[in-house]
Amino acid sequence: MTQNNQVPVWEDPNISVPIVPFSELRRTRLSAVKQTIRKWPVLSIVILSLLVIAGVFAKWIAPQDPYEAVLVDRLNSPVWYPDGSMKHILGVDHLGRDVLSRIIHGASVSLIISLAVISVSATVGTFLGMAAGYFGGWVDDIVMRIVELMISIPLLLIAMMAAVVYGSSLTLLVVVLSLFSWPGFARQVRAEVLRLRTADYVLIAKMTGASPTRIFAKHLFPGVLNTVIVLSTLLVGSVILSESILSFLGAGVPPPRPAWGSMVSEGRDFVTIAPWIMMFPGIAIFATVLGFNFLGDWLRDYFDPRLRQID
Amino acid sequence: MTFMVFTMLLVTILIFGLSRARGDPRLMLLDDNTTQETWDTWGEQMGLDRPLIVQYLVWLGKAVQGDLGKSLWEKRPVTESLMQRIPATLQLGGAAWAFAMLIGVPLGVLSAVKRGSIWDYIGRVVATFGQALPPFWLGLMLILFFSVQLEWLPLGRRGGLDHLILPAITLGWLAAAGILRLVRSAMLDVLDSEYVKLARAKGVSQRNVIWKHAFRNAMLVPMTYAVLILSGFLTGTVVTETVFSWPGLGRLAVVAIQSNDFPMMAGAVMLGTGLIVVANFAIDIASVIVDPRIKFE
Repeated sequence: MTQNNQVPVWEDPNISVPIVPFSELRRTRLSAVKQTIRKWPVLSIVILSLLVIAGVFAKWIAPQDPYEAVLVDRLNSPVWYPDGSMKHILGVDHLGRDVLSRIIHGASVSLIISLAVISVSATVGTFLGMAAGYFGGWVDDIVMRIVELMISIPLLLIAMMAAVVYGSSLTLLVVVLSLFSWPGFARQVRAEVLRLRTADYVLIAKMTGASPTRIFAKHLFPGVLNTVIVLSTLLVGSVILSESILSFLGAGVPPPRPAWGSMVSEGRDFVTIAPWIMMFPGIAIFATVLGFNFLGDWLRDYFDPRLRQID
Repeated sequence: MTFMVFTMLLVTILIFGLSRARGDPRLMLLDDNTTQETWDTWGEQMGLDRPLIVQYLVWLGKAVQGDLGKSLWEKRPVTESLMQRIPATLQLGGAAWAFAMLIGVPLGVLSAVKRGSIWDYIGRVVATFGQALPPFWLGLMLILFFSVQLEWLPLGRRGGLDHLILPAITLGWLAAAGILRLVRSAMLDVLDSEYVKLARAKGVSQRNVIWKHAFRNAMLVPMTYAVLILSGFLTGTVVTETVFSWPGLGRLAVVAIQSNDFPMMAGAVMLGTGLIVVANFAIDIASVIVDPRIKFE
């Protein structure tokens, strides 16, 4: 393999592993910029920093008031159109509100919901998954049955019904989306614990009389932590997507608070005359989900390259 | 089997519970200036004086026999409306499934077999984008591009085959991305296995190795995930039908929910769950037939 290469492997200072495939050798000769891009999830970091900044500092960044409807400016075009102005960079919606400002304010909805949902479902899912994997037997049966059940129930429709009954609110959204998400954690954590529970150090801990609580906290939890972190990041994307779908269908955060999904739905009737109303919130959703997915992929490779096969 | 029944029961309890959580069902049917007498007569007729559990059982009993009551606004049996909408949804679902398989399977196989090639690259892009695109936005963008700008395809509503293209792509995209990933990783696993190596060593041609030995086994993995993809379809149908004003079950459910039409939404949600549960069961059976290693419990 190495005969064809100009620089012999043993002379290349960047290679410490004795056997490296030919295709990998070229990577060591990349420029500094490319090396950074290979090493760090640059795109994710950029997108997610923008998201966090927009979410936290919306009040100060947004050029206009997101709630103020100036009817004169109604449906004004974005800046690059011949009749657009710098006042409304991404145009104005059907009620005369600035689209860019609404997108910036909408970031906080996505942020709050994804943080809340992931912390709730990761906690519940991890705990139940660990219990199911460690105790097995009827505990396992019950947990896994509930997981299967959650998957076969059309939660979207139930969520919409609940929104009609109880009125849509942030709390309801978090509850419903957490119900959607915890089975993912439970499944993965259970599979991991099934592997860990017969490991020597766990068996020895058990033999020396450690209580289940201690085994959970000291021996199993550190083992599944990586999986939980990776899964959390990967699931944020789908939580944000589900939230936007519910918002689009009118079961999201109640108006006038801007949420990206409901902005797309508002712009739906104006696709032909003012496509910018629906286009940019959609791009915001897309970019955010992409950012979290890339970060999740990167974390997975970083923590456990073996998992790459799941891809 | 028992699990199927159990799931359905739970869904009916959820629906019934939610319907009662919003208050007396008479509020929906009668206006403010009805007399106490009429109010009581209606209550008696609807069996509201009996305990809640009895009311639930009566409602369930009727539902099992296919009597879901009358729609509040359309003034005709819910079952009739549902039946009328099924073909549109099946057509859309079938087209989307075909699209997803047509994109997902060949690209998945290609990107596994020619790892690192341009196909692998395209596959990655499709998979990444498919998972991050909001389906409703994709639908609107397709409309904007192909119907409004280029005027190649008609705008929304059900009609000939040309009406089917955009909704099918919108609904099928996510599934295509999922299938692609699953097929790719399954193919990679199988291509690395001993029996494929043996087939290669025997001198079986590349084509036969891929299609006869590897592909058939690799296809089992996506099958086990078919339930997840199907329930994704259910969500997707609701969104897609809303975007394209497609006269299917999803649209019916959304309109029923938004207009407070309880019997109708109950029917739509139950039918949706029923489809998933039955599909789940069918897939279990199908995988036993395809793969004799799986034993049916």
